[in-house]
Amino acid sequence: MTLHSLPGPDDIVRKELPNGIVVLTRLNLSSLSVVVTGYLSAGAIFEADDKLGLAGFTALALMRGTAQHSFQQIYDRLESNGASLGLDGGTHSISFYGHALVEDLDLLVGTLAESIRQPVFPTDQVERLRDQLLSGLAIRAQDTSEMASLAFDKLVYAGHPYSRPEDGYPETIRAIDREDMAVFHQRHFGPKGMVISIVGGVEADRAMDVVTRFLGDWENPNQPDQPDLPPVKQLSDLITRQVEIPGKSEADIIMGTVGPPRRSPDFLTASLGNNILGQFGMYGRIGESVRERSGLAYHASSSLSGGIGPGPWLFIAGVAPKNLEKVIELMRQEIAHFISEQVTNDELADSQANYIGRLPLSLESNGGVASALLNLERFSLGLDYYLRYPHLVHAITPQSILEVAQKYLHPDRLAIATAGTFETER
Amino acid sequence: MDEPLTKLTLANGLQVLLKEVHTSPIISQWIWYRVGSRDEVPGLTGASHWVEHLMFKGTPEFPLGVIDRSISREGGYLNALTFLDWTSYFETLPADKIDFALRLEADRMFNCIFDPNEVSSERNVVISERQGSENEPLFRLSEEVQSAAFRVHPYHHEVIGDLTDLYSIQRDDLYHHYRNYYIPNNAVLSIAGDFETHAMLDRVRELYEPLPAGPQPSRLLRTEPSQAGERRVSVEGPGKTVFLQISYRAPKADDPDFFALNLLDSLLTGPPNLNMFGGGVTNKTSRLYKALVEKELAVGINGGVQATIDPYLYTIVITVHPKHTTSECIVAIEDEIKQLQDAPPPIEELERAMKQARAIFAYGSESISNLGFWLGYAEMFATAEWFTTYLDTLATVTPADIQRMAQTCLRPQNRTLGVYLPITPER
Repeated sequence: MTLHSLPGPDDIVRKELPNGIVVLTRLNLSSLSVVVTGYLSAGAIFEADDKLGLAGFTALALMRGTAQHSFQQIYDRLESNGASLGLDGGTHSISFYGHALVEDLDLLVGTLAESIRQPVFPTDQVERLRDQLLSGLAIRAQDTSEMASLAFDKLVYAGHPYSRPEDGYPETIRAIDREDMAVFHQRHFGPKGMVISIVGGVEADRAMDVVTRFLGDWENPNQPDQPDLPPVKQLSDLITRQVEIPGKSEADIIMGTVGPPRRSPDFLTASLGNNILGQFGMYGRIGESVRERSGLAYHASSSLSGGIGPGPWLFIAGVAPKNLEKVIELMRQEIAHFISEQVTNDELADSQANYIGRLPLSLESNGGVASALLNLERFSLGLDYYLRYPHLVHAITPQSILEVAQKYLHPDRLAIATAGTFETER
Repeated sequence: MDEPLTKLTLANGLQVLLKEVHTSPIISQWIWYRVGSRDEVPGLTGASHWVEHLMFKGTPEFPLGVIDRSISREGGYLNALTFLDWTSYFETLPADKIDFALRLEADRMFNCIFDPNEVSSERNVVISERQGSENEPLFRLSEEVQSAAFRVHPYHHEVIGDLTDLYSIQRDDLYHHYRNYYIPNNAVLSIAGDFETHAMLDRVRELYEPLPAGPQPSRLLRTEPSQAGERRVSVEGPGKTVFLQISYRAPKADDPDFFALNLLDSLLTGPPNLNMFGGGVTNKTSRLYKALVEKELAVGINGGVQATIDPYLYTIVITVHPKHTTSECIVAIEDEIKQLQDAPPPIEELERAMKQARAIFAYGSESISNLGFWLGYAEMFATAEWFTTYLDTLATVTPADIQRMAQTCLRPQNRTLGVYLPITPER
């Protein structure tokens, strides 16, 4: 007997608490565990330029001590029960993810509530965390992929909040003090815009009860709305930036432009087109050209990450520095082909089948379903989205992909960021 | 986990393990070959991993490009893994699409083409993969520690192989490697998911029974002598961060002491995550986290022991705090180990570690791909029962066992100590 079916209005329970928190749950009878995940409307978008990384720093500091428990007490209770909980800062939100055995749901939600409502940011813990973040940034400075990505964001999103790294720079992390965190928490943390998804061996009534008990009375009347995003300036030609990192065997290329936001009517069509271009099989046309036919890279692909705002449409490869120009040229050729001719009916049918067929796999785990429920809420897709999804995918045509591709992509209007060792022969 | 495990061996020697799970309309198929980097002699290092790449380059029935595309079209995913002791290929698909994967693995056990042009092109891809890894300080450090820890045993070299061999290995070397090891009597097929066992077994027999057994390949047997003193290596490279790796010679997976070492690791560096797919638990209350990270000698710590056929390594990796030294970290680690050598841990600490292990086991049991993985994986170094009885065996470990493992395994004379030293490269 198969118990699984796609999530829909019949088995997703959605409730908005009086204080604005939205709770989504779905029961998985066969599961001994539960996932609790979600987000708060308090991300890097609210940071000042000289305090970049504040949202992420604050998020990581939330579990370092609360009004009730010390850092070690918080983690001792979680880890002693085999549970796990973490918070992290993003551009638009602070996200959280935890899992536990079903009997420990109260512990998980209770720890989450305590951390986001009553953190005390102990000075010794903040300083310890700062050292850890600075070490992470030192490691980032040696990572060719990360450094190419930072350079790419600066090129494509010049003057836009998306040009700023969520984890900041060493100088901005050093400039943040615990008072900054306390103020950021006081101003921006609250129930407005908070979404919690609970999936596993837990009935909806119990899930709602737990959230209501721990978070139902939370208020912050001064919590601001998300700011409006400025427009992104369109690229008019090729712009490049090369980041020199001595001593590296391989270089990373991150090139591309701006794609549609997730809520755009173009998004699903662009996403399916991207699947043909740089994902399907072993990385679509890009992988076929760069890896399979030319043997120039272990990894070459494209990706489209539509979010609240216009996320990037990326073309990515890791290559020997001597092959850099060749690979960039091959990827540009594929972009040129993609915007000049319709994809074939076979290519479209393959990717349509892939998009629909992979749903059961992506929704196998509690974490997969919980994440899917968050997307329904974050992007206003509707509880019946996964039931409508096959029809939406089948409605996409070669012509609609071509039109969307021509709207967003052009081989002569790209940002090209590279990082690696270029100045010396290895 | 309620349905029984079906386990049998076909006439041609192929071991088959089938496990019905009906929580999702998914089936995960894994085929395992008893060949890995330990089976490679100098000059041919990296051959097992390169062969793994070439297994995706097509057969007459499944030509180049068809494999990836067909699995993707059906909404599935596939991948392959090469390790010290084994090579494995898996496909997870919607249940009604699994037949493609069954036919594929039966076919490519014998019929891969190894086209010289594909071998040549893939040489560059594998070299690129290695160079990508070389960008990572921890890869460079781990490779040096591994080679220092094993002077005799072929665990000496990294799975991806030495660069010089990746330049010199020829197509026929790889094809010979393939033909030598890819036979049913050197393989294990593990399938978990939403199927009916009799029907699945009939299909497996139909596809695999016609395949002929081959001469059982012998495995390289070069026993590593016991270690008589600490070994130290250092690696210099770009960056600003110092990393410390301490690797102790560890018992093999089917040694009862392996379980005691797993619990000892849980106490020292946090509960090990057994899962290929599935969640773990953080380690912020482990003894070494408290002694190093909370004391600001390090900014991060993790540890773990690999399940292997022959004794391998128990490894602790430390990201050293920029204001402190590796020597201070080593002293702090030795102090913690000494406490366990001097006195057994409280029984409550073991009970806590057991609850963590049970939770992690429960998380992993909810993934069908993870179940398929574990059943076959356990056969590579022990038997599937090693996995199904894992928690019961772990529960037999006593505080005295932990103390004994700390006294024997975690002696300085039994370790290889590696340091990654950041430098500014000369221009």
